[in-house]
Amino acid sequence: MGQICLSGIVKSYGKEVVVKNLDLTVNPGEFLTILGPSGCGKTTTLRMIAGLEEPDEGDIKLGDRTVFSRNEGVILPPEMRGLGLIFQSYALWPHMNVAKNITLALKEQKLSKDEIEARLQNALELVQLTGYAQRYPSELSGGQQQRVAVARLIALRPSYLLMDEPLSNLDATLRTEMRASLKRLHRDLDATTVYVTHDQIEALTLSDRIIIMNEGRIMQEGTPYDIYHHPANLFVAEFIGDPGINLFEGHVVKGVLECADVKIPVPAALKDYEGKLVAACRPEKIQMSYKAKKGWQEVKTEILQPTGADTILEVKAGDTSITLLQSGFITLDEGTPLWINFDLDALSFFDPDTQNNLRVGKE
Amino acid sequence: MALVSKNSTKPAFWSRQNISYQAYRLKHKPEIIIGVLCLAFLGFVVLVPLIQIIRDALTFQSYDLAYYPEGEVGAFTLFHLDRVFNQPISAALFYKPLMNSLKMGFTVTLIAIVVGSSLAWLMVRTNVHFKGIVGAMLVFPYMMPSWVMALAWLSLFKNDRIGGSEGVLTYLTGVQAPDWVAYGFFPIVITLALHYYAYTYLLISGALATVDSELEEAAATCGMGKWKRIWSITMPLLLPALGSAIVLTFIRILGTFGTPALLGLPVRFVTFSTQIYASINARNEGDAYVLALVLIVLAISFIWINSRIIGVRKSFVTMTGKGFRKRESDLGAWRWPATILVILFLCITVVLPLTLLLWESLTLIPGDYSLGNLTTYFWAGQGNVQLAYGEPGIIHNKGILGALTNSIKLGFAAALFNGALGLLVGYAVVRGRGAWLSKWLEGIAFAPYIFPSIALGAIYIGMFSTNIGPIPALYGTFTILILITVIKNLPFTSRTGIAAMLQIHKSLEETARVQGIGWFRRMFRIIVPLSMSGLVAGMLLTFITAMRELSLIILLISPGNMVLTGLIFGYQEQDMAQHSSAVTLMLVLIIITISVIVRVMSRKAGVGRLSVT
Ligand SMILES: Nc1ncnc2c1ncn2[C@@H]1O[C@H](COP(=O)(O)OP(=O)(O)OP(=O)(O)O)[C@@H](O)[C@H]1O
Ligand SMILES: [Mg+2]
Repeated sequence: MGQICLSGIVKSYGKEVVVKNLDLTVNPGEFLTILGPSGCGKTTTLRMIAGLEEPDEGDIKLGDRTVFSRNEGVILPPEMRGLGLIFQSYALWPHMNVAKNITLALKEQKLSKDEIEARLQNALELVQLTGYAQRYPSELSGGQQQRVAVARLIALRPSYLLMDEPLSNLDATLRTEMRASLKRLHRDLDATTVYVTHDQIEALTLSDRIIIMNEGRIMQEGTPYDIYHHPANLFVAEFIGDPGINLFEGHVVKGVLECADVKIPVPAALKDYEGKLVAACRPEKIQMSYKAKKGWQEVKTEILQPTGADTILEVKAGDTSITLLQSGFITLDEGTPLWINFDLDALSFFDPDTQNNLRVGKE
Repeated sequence: MALVSKNSTKPAFWSRQNISYQAYRLKHKPEIIIGVLCLAFLGFVVLVPLIQIIRDALTFQSYDLAYYPEGEVGAFTLFHLDRVFNQPISAALFYKPLMNSLKMGFTVTLIAIVVGSSLAWLMVRTNVHFKGIVGAMLVFPYMMPSWVMALAWLSLFKNDRIGGSEGVLTYLTGVQAPDWVAYGFFPIVITLALHYYAYTYLLISGALATVDSELEEAAATCGMGKWKRIWSITMPLLLPALGSAIVLTFIRILGTFGTPALLGLPVRFVTFSTQIYASINARNEGDAYVLALVLIVLAISFIWINSRIIGVRKSFVTMTGKGFRKRESDLGAWRWPATILVILFLCITVVLPLTLLLWESLTLIPGDYSLGNLTTYFWAGQGNVQLAYGEPGIIHNKGILGALTNSIKLGFAAALFNGALGLLVGYAVVRGRGAWLSKWLEGIAFAPYIFPSIALGAIYIGMFSTNIGPIPALYGTFTILILITVIKNLPFTSRTGIAAMLQIHKSLEETARVQGIGWFRRMFRIIVPLSMSGLVAGMLLTFITAMRELSLIILLISPGNMVLTGLIFGYQEQDMAQHSSAVTLMLVLIIITISVIVRVMSRKAGVGRLSVT
């Protein structure tokens, strides 16, 4: 166990720069998720840590060991870095049975026979595949294959763990189950873990810390709570959250942000703000009432999407669409009037030019 | 965030630090190391000899002094070119063989394409009977030397022209076959076409089987007529295969030696290949080199024309054994006649020649085909001074058994080396995709394709007759036979290797890498087992080619490294028809037996499990 430290990493393919001056530290034993849209450079970053790609510039350290440094001229091949890596495709060797898949790397390490056998049994037990040792990968279900890939790492006991969208090939119910098993893997190995995904639910549920990446740059790093509640910029605000965050762009007039027909309160610090301003509010943070209340705005119901425990409501204030999220299974007719209110504590404000959070009010 | 200023901290390219960094970096890129080694090796065995014969063709050689006493060995001269292109002797040396070769090449290719594609269409797209067995028999010629038909032809039509015994025709009817039937252009074209149709058949049936008949059906539902459909959907899809079939057949025919030698030389019908052979035998290597170069230029121009017509990317279709059945059209009343026609064709191309050879090998006195004259002497006889210069029958004949051992050794060695080389080339090409090394390697591995067999042989004589640095002279050794066979087959096996490597997702190897598994273990535990099924097919093909090849090695064999095909040719030259027939038959039987065994074994080894996604 040790920290993973990337500094000043640049990587390009041909003319296209896909990772741009990345600095990243993963603390010992931490579960860090890199989250970002498709093509933003997550996999590339992970592969550079593993040694499967070579950065153009920068340093990578695993613990106190420098495994790559362009300036010092250090480059350690993947086989000497002592990592564990789970691919999206699991990469089980199709011509070997489960036992051989798990023990091949152990044999390379010249461990004793008893030790290998013990580790094999232990790993199979932990992933609940005891008795499957003689099966071939093609004779296993997707979930079981994934568990074999996990068992392979458990047996190898790496101190650094890298995972590239290990759940994306599974169906929804299996995913929830497997999330738990990956979390357990992290705990059992006590390994410093980097997990790559474009699924925010995975990121929010699994991580100690999340890094949001876009176009090869880090947009924000922080705890899941921070990322969700205090997005550093508009990209993060829009990227995180399902249903997506409500954005209102307008000018401050008489101490209130006017965005077409919607009026949003602003904190004292912004009362005299000049120029355009964007206010953001999570759908579940907008208060709603079936009856008129003083100071609340009237809106009309457009579309309802009950998901069981919650209901997503699309409402309209004049021409502006607003998304609300309410608990309970709600049924309403189209056009039914509703009243909504914005709580100052639940609002974030952004400068549309710099895209950054103005960080006023609650902080 | 600005990018780090690029050059301020980076060490200079030539600094010691950077050089040791680059060296260390390369050390852990196996695909680059292997790529460089393969490239160096192939450059040495493919490009160096080519440059060398160009040089030799343009300088005085010691053997030229007989004609040109004042010449200085090694000095630049156009003497060879002048002799070949521009002297009274040029007609016999160059122009006539050229015309004969081209005539032969075009006619055979045309017939082979027509026959091969008709058969392919019948077998893939119609409901003729007995597809399984007939399909297997149709590729039999592929497993026989190309001149088996020529030997059979001689057994049938040999006349009194070259002395010795006469053929079955004369024996049965008393009529002498006229010269034009027995020897020369006509029989050469027929016998070659009846052999080379197998190549075009394989290529085109492979392509036909993969042309999606759903595409055609889609066109049919759009209301396209049948001929329009064939013309605008099927033909364009088949064109690449057709183009490569034409080029491939043509180049092979340019380079083929056995048949023109057996059927052409008795009436002085000389082709390029036989002229190269004659020039080398007459110690006029200079002439032979010029002729070989012309052959190569011809081959390259055909490949070039083909790729211009079809488009470079699509123009090289190689044979694959894959054939899945597609929608078949019903022949209706023609079903049986078509079946019978195909079977008849098989009788003529496979059954008849083999039967004739068997019969020939069993006759005691040549030319007497009566039952009373049958003997097993040439198979099992002890050796009798009265018969065939006292040569014993096969099983007691040290020369034959030695050549048999050599042939089998050659087949296995070539297959093994070729498989290994194909795999390494495939590995370096696929893993290094995108880099220039990968492209160069792929290109150079394909280069032997442009050398007609006999020309490659001529090149190798030139290169390996003296020692090159630490490499001893290889002429007359067994090594040179293995080397040339491996090189000649490399275009095919490297393609198999590349295809096999493309099937193995790179994450399978990367996982192993990250888990700390070293290169050799990755290779032997993961890459080799996963590419085995493709490799075995490629190696089997090399084995077959190596066993039956004559044109490629005829210039390189000597008593010291005699193989069966060379021996057969020798027997034929000495008019010992029974021996040559018996040995040929044995050769064919061995090739067929071994390929059947390999196929069955590789099927048993079970690759079904590998079908994981
Ligand atoms: N070998 C390569 N050659 C050229 N470009 C590449 C290569 N690998 C990745 N790229 C490019 O680099 C960019 C980042 O790719 P990367 O695989 O890191 O994305 P990602 O964030 O993992 O996306 P996804 O969520 O879709 O997996 C993409 O634009 C991709 O096209
Ligand atoms: Mg990815």
